[in-house]
Formats: sequence, structure tokens, C-alpha cells
Amino acid sequence: MSVLLIAEHNNKEVRPFTYNAITAASQINEDLHVLVLGHQADDVAKSLSEVPNVKKVIHVDNEIYENYIAENYTSAIIKHAESYSHIVSSANTFGKNLMPRIAALLDTSQVSDIIKVISEDTFLRPIYAGNAFATVKSNDKKKCVTIRPTSFDPADKSGGSAEITKSDPAEASSSTKFLKKEEVKSDRPELGTARIVISGGRGMQNGENFKLISDIADKLNAAIGASRAAVDAGYITNDHQVGQTGKVVVPDLYIAVGISGAIQHLAGMKESKVIVAINKDGEAPIFSVADYGLEADLFEALPQFLSELNKLNTIQK
Amino acid sequence: MKILVAVKRVIDYNVQIRVKEDGSGVVTDNVKMSTNPPDDNAIEEAVKIKEAGKAKEIVAITIGEEKAQETVRKALAVGADRGIHVKVDNVIEPLAVSKILKKIVEKENPDLVFMGKQAIDDDCNQTGQMLAALLNWPQATFASKIEVKDNALEVTREIDEGLETIEVNVPAIVTCDLRLNEPRYASLPNIMKAKKKPIEQLNASDLGVDINPRIEQIKVEEPPKRKAGIKVASVEELVQKLKNEAKVI
Repeated sequence: MSVLLIAEHNNKEVRPFTYNAITAASQINEDLHVLVLGHQADDVAKSLSEVPNVKKVIHVDNEIYENYIAENYTSAIIKHAESYSHIVSSANTFGKNLMPRIAALLDTSQVSDIIKVISEDTFLRPIYAGNAFATVKSNDKKKCVTIRPTSFDPADKSGGSAEITKSDPAEASSSTKFLKKEEVKSDRPELGTARIVISGGRGMQNGENFKLISDIADKLNAAIGASRAAVDAGYITNDHQVGQTGKVVVPDLYIAVGISGAIQHLAGMKESKVIVAINKDGEAPIFSVADYGLEADLFEALPQFLSELNKLNTIQK
Repeated sequence: MKILVAVKRVIDYNVQIRVKEDGSGVVTDNVKMSTNPPDDNAIEEAVKIKEAGKAKEIVAITIGEEKAQETVRKALAVGADRGIHVKVDNVIEPLAVSKILKKIVEKENPDLVFMGKQAIDDDCNQTGQMLAALLNWPQATFASKIEVKDNALEVTREIDEGLETIEVNVPAIVTCDLRLNEPRYASLPNIMKAKKKPIEQLNASDLGVDINPRIEQIKVEEPPKRKAGIKVASVEELVQKLKNEAKVI
């Protein structure tokens, strides 16, 4: 049997986590097919056909797939589901919204957010905000699985030449209408895939003070993150939130500034390779996961940090 | 309109989880339990809609052991009108939960079903979407703003790229984000009044749905611990360590 991966894309480009999901999917079974549902997304289908791990691309082109309407996506996926043992996608807001709708119609108990493939039916997944790891075995005939993208390396993007087959759209739902998307455009690296992330918390005190963070982010070519408290307080938009109900990041370097380190925040960043905490409260829980802790007032420490960085001859990009 | 709100009893969000030594799960004995946080947002939103005169009745439902009733009682204290408690003896999977909820929806005929976007215990994030699929209703997940229109809702959803706004026709399922609203605390008089509100008790086994597990939990273990780090004395030392020791900048 084969694996069907649902591609996430914006009709022009493949969204980066799709490549991480491809790695996990091909560990489940090498016969990996990718389904592209989109509107004029030929470039997306072509890019995915060049991924060596992908054996076949199924491309369905219709305007009803221009946006991710789970209802429309689901009816198309169900049409193809019969030939596959596994239906998989990334466990980001795209896959989290979509996969359970598919699983329920297939009468399958979904395995969410896996961080390791142990065998075709057995997976490792975090529970309780990553405070425990559960090894679970799915006994359903057909398996629906979402993949935590940051737990798998992205697949190679070139060298392959999979066949692209066209397929017909399924019925569209008349009860859900897309109205608009407010996407925050930024020249910085994406939070989910950045090599360095610098995050601010409640200690930043207001939105203007995030300039201290963005100056350093520019210098280090880092993405900007935030704790839930900072987002709730309106200092920064929701797409920056790191944590149990936000994004999970695993950068080489994570710098937490003015973040106390609630369990829910740690869930989103504690797998980072190197963690730095800057906080004036020496007892803050963030220090328990930090490789380097600096007990200091962030309003003094951040400008000094920038000037020390400016003194360096080279900075890795 | 009538709104059904599903609430779940979970280990309190502030509790430090301990894994059982035999690997069978996490310790729940003598551990503080409370309502799953985004489920509080779901109740709050339903109450606000009722206060705005756009809903007539709010029914709170929970599925769980005897004590799960506490979460329904709390929902009644902040404004739900009556409760339903479906008793199950073991932990059941989101697919089974959504099958039970479907039975209740068919009986109660609500116009909207609200619940939290994810339970903070199993972190599955499935039930709302599954229920929507089983009912063939539209879904609006991860809602951070809801506007009630004539026979439709305009919902702003929190997605990775930012915000998305969709319109779903009623009946619909909405799963709520923590930023949807600020849940209120129950006042003492309302807690007293809630004690008189009715809670209907049902047994899952009487509903005729298959709630047997499909997923075997083989073991639960502690995640690998991070090596203890060091405190640095100055920003200069920090930057030197990052450059020369960790070699990340």
C-alpha cells in the first residue's frame, strides 16, 4: 500500500513544511504520492515532481481549491483515499484543520502530531504540551497521520522526475465561503524554519519595545517569536506565537527575552539546539531549559547585545 | 438560536505533569483538574451571544467519568442553561467523542456547536473537525473572532500565516482559540443558582456508538531532559560563548 501526502502551497510555491512532511511520509512507506489541490498551481505540481522521495504527483486544478477550505479539500481527498494505506499532512494549522475531517469520514482514529516514525503503524507523539511522549499503534486499516514538521529534516528538492497525473475536482461546499486572508509580509526568515529565533514576552512591556528585538533579529537574520502573553497583550501579531497552541520551533539558537517560561511556552521551543534566556527574575522557569542564562534587565541587555554583535567580524547567516 | 458547548475535564494547565513509572500514562490521582482552557472561551462566547439577544438557550455537555460533571456545573455557573453528562469509564478517543456528540446533536438540534480548539491533555486537535465531518456541517476552527449574521457566522481564524476570515452557514461547528475572549469568573450567587440547574445523565453505552479504542497506547515516557545550562555574568560573555563555544552565531 502507498502513502498519500496532502501538499500545502499558495498556488505558486510549495509551503516549506511540506518538504519536512515528505521526509516523514517516505519513512512510513517509500511509495509516496503527493496530492496537489489548487488553482493554477502547475508550478507547485512541477516542483513536487522533482522531489526524489516523491513517486507520483496527482494534480487537481480548480478555483474551488484556491484557498484551504477544509470542506472542499476533504471531498477531493476522500475520492482518492481508497488506494492508500496512509493519508498524511503537516501538523500545522493547515493539516490540523483538514486531517480530522478526512479521518472521521474514513472512520479512522487520527494520530496527531507525530515526532518519530517507528513503523508503518507505530509512532511517537508528544502529549501534555510535550511533558510526556506516547508511543502509539494505530489499529485502523487506513491511517490518518499528521506530522510535526520541525521533528523531520526537509526532503531534497531536486533530482527526481515523478509522473504528474491530472484528476477531476470533487463537489464544492456551498456552506463555507472564504472572505479574506490577512497575511503578515516580512523579509525575515519564516518562524517555523528559521535558524535563529529571538522571542519577546510580557517583559517587553509594549509593542514599540519589540524594536529592540527586531534590531537584533536583523543583525542575526533571525525570525521573531513571542510568548502568548505578548500576543494577548497586543504587542505583536498572532503569527509570532510560540508554544503549545502556537508554533513549535526547533532553531539552532533560540533567544527568549522577558519570557518567564510557562509550560505552554516551553512546549514550543524546548527542543531548540541552544537556548538563551534573558530575564531579570533569576528564578524564572525559563532558566531551567536555558544553556546560557543572563540575569539582567532586558532594556539594558538588548542594546548591549546589539553593540557586542556589531563588534564581531563575522556573523553566520 | 440554540448553542451546544462541549467542555472537557483535564489536568489543570498549571500542574507539572508526572509520568507513571510503569509507563502506562501520567499521574492523575490527587492532581488538580479543571476545564480545558479553550473550552472556557467556548462557553464565554456562547454566553456573550445569548446576552446580545442572538441565542435563546445554551446547553453544556461533557463526556467523562463521574467527576467530569464539575466542568458542566462550572459552565452552568457562568451562564449555560442546562447540562448533559455522558458517562464513560475510560478515556476515549476524539473519533468516539465526536460520534457521541453527533448523537446528542441529533437529539438536541442545536444551531451551533462550540468547543475549544484543542484539549491540553492529549493535544489531539480533532474533535470539532470530526464532528463537523460526521454531521456534514461547515467548520470554523481556531476562531479568534465570531460575528453572528443572519443564518451565518463570520469567523476570523488564527492560521500560521496570520488571520483568515471565512463565512459559514448555520448550522456550524466552531472551535475556539484562547484569544477569542476573556472568560469570566462565576459569581457566588451564580454558583449557587447553578446548583439548581438540571444536568441530564446518560451512559455512552446507551447511545449505540462504537467507542472502543482504535489506537493502542504502548507506552508513555518522560521526554529526554535538557542538560543543565550555565548563567553568564555579562552580555559580552554571552556573545563570546555563542560565538566560540556554541558556535551558533
